[in-house]
Amino acid sequence: MTIRDTLHVAMRSIAANKMRSFLTMLGIIIGVASVIGLSALGEATTLSITQEVESLGTNLLTIDSGSASVGGIGFGPGSQPTLTYSDAQAIQADDPDLSGVSPMVQSNGQIAYGPNNDSVTIQATSADYASMKDLTLSEGAFFTQEEVTQGANVAVLGSDIAQILFAGQTVNPIGATVDIRGLPFTVVGVLTAQNTTGFQNPNDYVNIPVTTAMNEMTGSNYVSSIIVSAQTPAVMNQAEQEITSTLRFTHHLTGTEASDFQIFNQATTLSTLSSSTQTLTDMLSGVAAISLLVGGIGIMNIMLVSVTERTREIGIRKAVGAKKSTVLLQFLIESVALSVTGALIGLILGGGGSEVAGAITHSGNLVTAGPVLLSIGFALLVGIVFGVYPARKAANLNTIEALRYE
Amino acid sequence: MAALIDLQGVVREYEIGGERVQALNHVSFTIEHGEYVAIMGPSGSGKSTTMNMIGCLDVPTSGEYRLDGIDVSSLNDNELAALRNKKIGFVFQQFNLLSRTTALQNVELPMMYAGIARKERRERAEAALMRVGLATRMHNRPNELSGGQQQRVAIARALVNNPALLLADEPTGALDSHTTEEILDLFEELHEQGHTIVIVTHEPEVGHRAKRIIRFVDGQVASDSNVGASILAREGSS
Repeated sequence: MTIRDTLHVAMRSIAANKMRSFLTMLGIIIGVASVIGLSALGEATTLSITQEVESLGTNLLTIDSGSASVGGIGFGPGSQPTLTYSDAQAIQADDPDLSGVSPMVQSNGQIAYGPNNDSVTIQATSADYASMKDLTLSEGAFFTQEEVTQGANVAVLGSDIAQILFAGQTVNPIGATVDIRGLPFTVVGVLTAQNTTGFQNPNDYVNIPVTTAMNEMTGSNYVSSIIVSAQTPAVMNQAEQEITSTLRFTHHLTGTEASDFQIFNQATTLSTLSSSTQTLTDMLSGVAAISLLVGGIGIMNIMLVSVTERTREIGIRKAVGAKKSTVLLQFLIESVALSVTGALIGLILGGGGSEVAGAITHSGNLVTAGPVLLSIGFALLVGIVFGVYPARKAANLNTIEALRYE
Repeated sequence: MAALIDLQGVVREYEIGGERVQALNHVSFTIEHGEYVAIMGPSGSGKSTTMNMIGCLDVPTSGEYRLDGIDVSSLNDNELAALRNKKIGFVFQQFNLLSRTTALQNVELPMMYAGIARKERRERAEAALMRVGLATRMHNRPNELSGGQQQRVAIARALVNNPALLLADEPTGALDSHTTEEILDLFEELHEQGHTIVIVTHEPEVGHRAKRIIRFVDGQVASDSNVGASILAREGSS
């Protein structure tokens, strides 16, 4: 008997019981659809988080002040001001692997021009900030290092702010004098609109020189944080070490004394995030694999019922000359055909679902070859493993008893 | 030419509930090519066991059985399956057709296991069904056929591989008397064409249509006699 004949016989008996065959496949269908769908979901989550973190700059290091602790209760990084403007200058002077340094002072306040006003985030930075964050300007230019040194009253407006302040006005924003927290500032530039990421809207920011903010707003030498950019992503760790030793020197820390500042590395954050989303994806796949296993048990159950029900058929086949191996193969092919057909239907459902989800979230269809091959392979394995026992049972039936079976 | 069926001192024992039961107790007989033999006897006499033995569905506990010169007792399961496929055509009381397939597919079944190509299978199955008078019912399923027609399909299936032996187990047990006559006429016709036929039955009127009757009582051959003028036919063929 040829394989083609055996296949034919198996297919015919699957087709003879369409509803039951479908219900048998349902476990595998749901299992495969969820493997495909959930892994695409995990893939999409990873991608969006990665993109968000990468948009913050991958070669940036953020230095925060140490955490204040009152009565044993920690208040988190930056709660105890320890970083000063001169720290930033020391870092810039000492560390060769850096391409930019920007001390940061952030505060909130009111901005006004004529009858228009808005509440904004005032971000005080150095002149390097624009290049470190890849900021581009639609009008004018970012303030210069000279203006920072002088503590000039100049401002670069985010695109949303510029629109609100100069709405209905014919005047050119550049050179206009706006009022920030009651102080007059000359507008030197307007930023082009940026993508909004997370909860922050950078188009709603006003950038002013950090020295101006320290002199005229906070009245202290402390800065909220210092952002530095490494020359290449490869020297990030080296830069981190250089900064640590510089700051420990300027802060007079020796030996085993704990550092009173913290350095955040974007690359580390990125890898932490992607490993946690990977764990999520693995977990979802694991859950889906369990449902595949359950589907396989369903197949075995139905195949066992089928063997009992078809005892007489098996007896007839053996009486007219079917060998054990032929009967075994016939039933094995039936269970494999059930599981693989189920897997293909699940693949279409899972792939279609991801396609729809991808279209809605604009992340595209993220079905990858890995989960597809894995679930088809797993379904095949399930079909064989759970098919062997019923098929062996069928093959080993006693022909005489099977023929008399009622 | 050696006898088609040659049983020598065949014993078949079963173990039922730890007790040894002897279904056949030193049975010996031979059947030549072209014979038409009825095996008769009451229930439990060993005639069914003998049929299983002759049909290579079972092997003797001891003793020797040769089918067409082949020593059956030394064969394994797969070899027995191949031997049944090649040498024996079965006809059962309950017809034993595959219910979900057509008459034609049922008749093709033994040829499928013999590894015969699709096209030839189809042609030979059609020829066999025509031979038993079912040319118009080839594409019907068993449940669309009468009992007599189903038994004809079974006979076509039994003949299609050109077996050495047609082995029928109570072939008319599920049929009315009119249909019984038809089927027995068909057997007679096949016998006249030279087929070797062995019928296992407990119905005297069926047994007496054969040319020779072997009677079983308590697992042993009680009598072995020719019916009417069949001696000439038997000697003529051997």
